[in-house]
Parts: sequence; C-alpha cells; structure tokens
Amino acid sequence: MTLLSTSARAVPPPRRGSRFRLRKEAWVGWGFAGPFVGVFGLVFLAPIGYALYLSLFQDRLVGGTVFVGLDNYGEALSDPRFWDGLLRVGLFLLVQVPVMLGIALLAALAIDSGRLYGKTFFRVAIFLPYAVPAVVAGLIWGFMYGTQFGLVGNVNDAFGTSLPDPLSPSLVLASIGNIVTWEFVGYNMLIFYSALKVVPRSLYEAAAIDGAGEWRVVRSVKLPAIRSALVIATIFSIIGSFQLFNEPSILQKLAPNAITSDFTPNLYTYSLSFSGQQHNYAATVAIVMGVITAIIAYAVQLRGMRKG
Amino acid sequence: MRIHTTRRLLGAIAAVATLTLTATACGSDASDTGAGDSGPKDVDAALEKGGKITVWAWEPTLKKVAEDFEKKYPKVDVELVNAGTGDKQYTALQNAIAAGSGAPDVAQIEYYALGQFTIGKAVADLSPYGAQKYGTSFTGGPWNAVTEDKAIYALPMDSGPMALFYNKKVFDKHGIKVPTTWDEYVEAARALHKADPKIFITNDTGDAGATTSMIWQAGGRPYQSDGTDVTIDFGDEGTQKYAATWQKLLDEKLVAPVSSWSDAWYKGLADGSIATLSIGAWMPANFTSGVASASGDWRVAPLPQWAKGDKVSAENGGSSLAVPKAAKNKELAYAFTEYATTGAGASARVAAGAFPATRADLESKAFLDTEFPYFGGQQANQIFAESARDVGADWSYLPFQVYANSIFNDTVGKAYVSPTKLSDGLKAWQDASVKYGKDQGFTVNK
Repeated sequence: MTLLSTSARAVPPPRRGSRFRLRKEAWVGWGFAGPFVGVFGLVFLAPIGYALYLSLFQDRLVGGTVFVGLDNYGEALSDPRFWDGLLRVGLFLLVQVPVMLGIALLAALAIDSGRLYGKTFFRVAIFLPYAVPAVVAGLIWGFMYGTQFGLVGNVNDAFGTSLPDPLSPSLVLASIGNIVTWEFVGYNMLIFYSALKVVPRSLYEAAAIDGAGEWRVVRSVKLPAIRSALVIATIFSIIGSFQLFNEPSILQKLAPNAITSDFTPNLYTYSLSFSGQQHNYAATVAIVMGVITAIIAYAVQLRGMRKG
Repeated sequence: MRIHTTRRLLGAIAAVATLTLTATACGSDASDTGAGDSGPKDVDAALEKGGKITVWAWEPTLKKVAEDFEKKYPKVDVELVNAGTGDKQYTALQNAIAAGSGAPDVAQIEYYALGQFTIGKAVADLSPYGAQKYGTSFTGGPWNAVTEDKAIYALPMDSGPMALFYNKKVFDKHGIKVPTTWDEYVEAARALHKADPKIFITNDTGDAGATTSMIWQAGGRPYQSDGTDVTIDFGDEGTQKYAATWQKLLDEKLVAPVSSWSDAWYKGLADGSIATLSIGAWMPANFTSGVASASGDWRVAPLPQWAKGDKVSAENGGSSLAVPKAAKNKELAYAFTEYATTGAGASARVAAGAFPATRADLESKAFLDTEFPYFGGQQANQIFAESARDVGADWSYLPFQVYANSIFNDTVGKAYVSPTKLSDGLKAWQDASVKYGKDQGFTVNK
C-alpha cells in the first residue's frame, strides 16, 4: 500500500474528473492481480511470515512457550553446529559445482558440435539420472559404496584391493558430490544444449569464413552466446548446494557417524524440529540460511550479468 | 452467670466451628474423589455406555486386540491409527497435544521416550482408574519405567529383556566357547576374527539404545531425574567399565561397521559374518522374517556378565500404552489400555509373537515351554524370562531421551570412525545433552 501511495504522489496531480477513473483503473488492476496476489500471499508470504513469527519464541519442555525477541538469531549466528554445516556446503559448492557444470558444458558442446555419432542416445543417457528420484539415487549409490556387501566390497574381494571406504568421515562429502554430479550433469547439459541450439548458425559460418577453428568458435561465439544460461545454471546449483539434504539424509542410515545430524544446514533444521522439538530455533536457522543463500545467489547474478 | 453464658457461647461457637471444619474436610474429601476423575466403576460405566476411541500405535499385534475388544464390548469403536513409528509418532503426538486438538485417546510410547511426555504433564496418571492394582502384575523393569513416585503414566505393553543371540554354527566350526562374561566375549571376538577375518563378533556403528542398555547392565546409572532436576554423569563406574571393554573391540576392529536393520546387517546375520547380537527378547520374530535362510544356525544364551557368576540383565526397547491428558474419553481409553496390556489382551498379543511384560505370561508353562524351530527347537523363552527377572533396578532415562538419542552419533559416533575414545565420546554426549536440557528449562547437574 505504501508503494502505491508513493507512486501515486510521483505522478502529477490529476485533474478533477479523471480522479475517479484512476481509482477505478487501480481496482481493475487489483482485480487482475488478485488471484495471483491471493495465492502468492497464501503459499509464499504466509509461510515466511509464520516462520518469522515462530523465530521470536522458544518452546521449552519446562516452562512452555516464551517470547524471546531476537535471542534465537543471536544463538544461530554463534552456533558452531550451524556454521560447520554452512562451511561444509560452502566447500561442497566450490568443488562440486564447477566440476558438474564443466562436465555438463563439455557434454553439451560435444552434442552440439554435430560430430558425435548417436547424439540422441548420448543426450538421453546423460539426462536419464536426472529422472531418477534423489532418494532412489541415494539408495543405489549407498549400496555401491558399501565396503562390506556393496560394490566397493565386491571389488576389494575380487581384486584383493583395499579401496578406502567412501562413507568414512573424510570421504563422505566427496562421495555425496559424486552422487549429485551424476544426478545433475544431464539437467545442466540440457540447459546449455538448448541455449546452444538457438545460436544463429550464420554466426558459425561467419566465424568459419574469418578462419576461426572449432575451439575459437567455442570460445568466441558459443560461450558468450550462452552466458545467461551459464549464470542461471550456476545460480540453480548454488541454491541446490545450500539446500543439500536428500543424499546425506539417505546415506546417514548407512554412515551415521560420518554424516552427523548437523551435516548440512537443512539436515540440521530437520533434526532440530523433528527430534529436538525445537521448531522455533529450526525456523530461525532456516531463515538465516535463506537470507545467506539469497545474498550469495544475488551476488552471483549481479556479477554474471554485469560482464555480459 | 455472665461468665457462664459467655463460656457457653464460646463453647457453642467452638463446637460449630469444629463441625464446620469437619464438614469442610468431608466436603473437600468428597470433591477430591470427584475431581480425581473416576474409579473403576466409571470405567465399567464407560464401557457400558460405549463410544469411540482413537489409538495411535505401530505395534502389529494390537490390531487383533482392537478387534477382540470391540467384540467383547460391542458399543465401543476402536480406531487404530499408525501415526508413524517412534520419533515420527512422538512429533505428531507432541504437536497434537500442543495444538489442543487431534490427540488420540491412547498412544504407544516407548519406555525411553515416556519421560518427555510425563514432564510436560501430557499424559494422564492412570492410578485413579485402578491401575495401581497391577503393581505386581508386570515385571520390574517395565513397571519402573512407567511409574514415578505414586503416579502411573502408562501400562507396559511389551518388554525387551536382553539376551545373547549367537550363531552356533560359526562358534562350533571354529571350536570357540560361547562367552559367559564380557572378558570372554572380547576373547571370543579375537579368536573368531583370527580364525576368519570375515567374521566379526557383532556389528556396531553406534546405537544409543544399545549403548544405554549395555551401561544399564554394567551397573551404570548415568541419568537421574527428579521432576525438572536432572543429573547426567557418564563418569560412574558402570559406564566406565562398559566403555573400557567396548573400546578394546573398537580399537582392534573386532566389530563389523554395519548398521543394524540395514540390508548388509541382515546379510551378515544370515551368512555368519556377524556372529552374535546382544539385543532384546523381541528379536526372534525379526530373525524368522528377516534372516530366514539361517534358520537352525542361531541359539540364545544369557547375556554375558561383568563378573563371573553374576546374574544381571537389562532392558532393550519395549513400549507402553499411555492415555494423553487431552484424550476425550479417558475412562474408555483406560479400559482399552488395561485390556491390551493385561489379561486376555496381553496373552493374545504374546500368542501373536509379542514379548510379554506381564509376570503371568512370562511364568506360564505354555510360554516357557515354547520351542523355537528357528533356534533348533530351543526353549528360548526360559532364558528371556530369567533375564526379565534379573533386570538391574532403578534405571531411568532422561525426560528428553528422544533428542539425546538423536545426537548420539554426532558425539559418541566419533569413537567409531576416528581415534576419539569412547569415554570421551560419552563425555561429549553428556555435554551436548546438558546443554539441551538447560535450553529446555531443566535444572541440570546442579
């Protein structure tokens, strides 16, 4: 409402007579926007508002619910369990996202180059893991990672090797990275590939006439042309990394000591509210995490777009 | 004359006052009985009147009990709802109680989790309904778990006195004696693993329930609670005895790094690579259904002891039925709880495979003489029943054990995957539990 009144003040004062019409138009506008605003408020603003409200209280087993103001935020910001989880997903992001996007880009360029035999097969095969639900993927890889009865165990038995345990505390993050890469390379490849498809062929011809080789075309024509797709995929991946939950949650059953209940911020909020009855604190951690994710995603977007 | 009259008057006043006092006392007595909800008579009346109750439970044998109950009392309608297993159900229950609506009339609550509900006064005291008469009907461990001072917060539904399940085929093949003490157990673990590096004495990746039960048997009593005053101390002798022995198994990598209930676990139990399990007496049903291929290989023995010749056991798992304070029809809820946990209901559940918490069932000849084809015809219940009698007294869980257990692997778990010592892990668990307790408003370790 504040927004509306300021913008109304910004326009020159309307003459008598037109004032009524303006107001009527404004209502017509609301009429069109209404269904969206209603749903938006109900499914988007209301939950956030409720989470904010929750975050101002503490519900204790002894003493019940008390209003604590911003205490929960103070606790969250100095909570080592939260920051450890955040650092862990931060590290995950720095290593896994470039690897995944790099592979996806290579695959998209290879398919787009037109020199690949059976390109439809490759496209579908690389995309297929994305169609596997994350929970199922977690289970499949969990079996493969097993050193007792899983694939790793079988390899050790068959060849007398002693492969390190992929689910040990030092390797489990990399193992999760491997699963996530497997799942999402195809999805990102498809984003890149569709962006490449709309690059006008005439540009390639022009580049060829100018004497550019295949790599030169990639560097100077294709990559700049799909810059915005790259930025979008990066932002999605950043958000995805910060929200890491399914894979560690599934593997936790197999490696309960390597994947702690605060392994990622999302897992932490989950265990806070479902085993600890700390809904209020969980809401606080979720809000802090949401703000951090939004800031980083926005920063990446600004930077990505500015160069372009 | 005057004086006399005054005296008389005073006397009269005193008499009236006394009368009034007595009357008030009587009145409060009467209203107390009234406010104390109801006695057994009201329970009978409620059964007569009928109605509908909702039961939240995941225990499979309750289905039959609910049907029998409805048959016996045709006016009563029992709706059995599976609102999730363990943690999930507790969360739902806590939420329903907090919301003030949607709570069931009867809820299944495991012994270790009951404290969380009694501390918040979320479950009703069942003694006014006549529950105190069952004081001697149940075995010690479960009864101790559901009572606090004079209040009875639930009735025991089943129990899990511990025993040692061992793969006889494996022990025979390598000529190793079944251990009767924990020192022998460590020796057996070494011998088995040396004879065949694929064989582990047991599996363990850190399980809060199993660890607390082991500490219980070793004589440790790390948790004490009196209302909102809680003490957590893993420094006691029993706990340290357990930690020192288990540390040997971890250091020498004698336990399989396989989580219980995982696919690999069932495989290990079937192929003999996991040679023993120290677990509750409810395990046989899981053997028959989950490890069918190893039928005949396994036997049951008493739990190894901490000192030769001792006879001490502990409980592992088990649940009770409680009536939430928010229940709409408490009399009827109690009637069902009573039926399902004592007498015919309990016997029906035992016949369906549940392990009883009632002395009558535990001592019945039919129960004791049951031969388990899976265990080569062994009368395993005799060992379980003895274990139930030998459960160490005065164990208590934390009023927030559900949360404490959920962070077990964050803290003690380190001892399983890094050079951290088990005793240090337990200390870290203690610290984290103390912090949570304080945050939740308890007075901890003061």
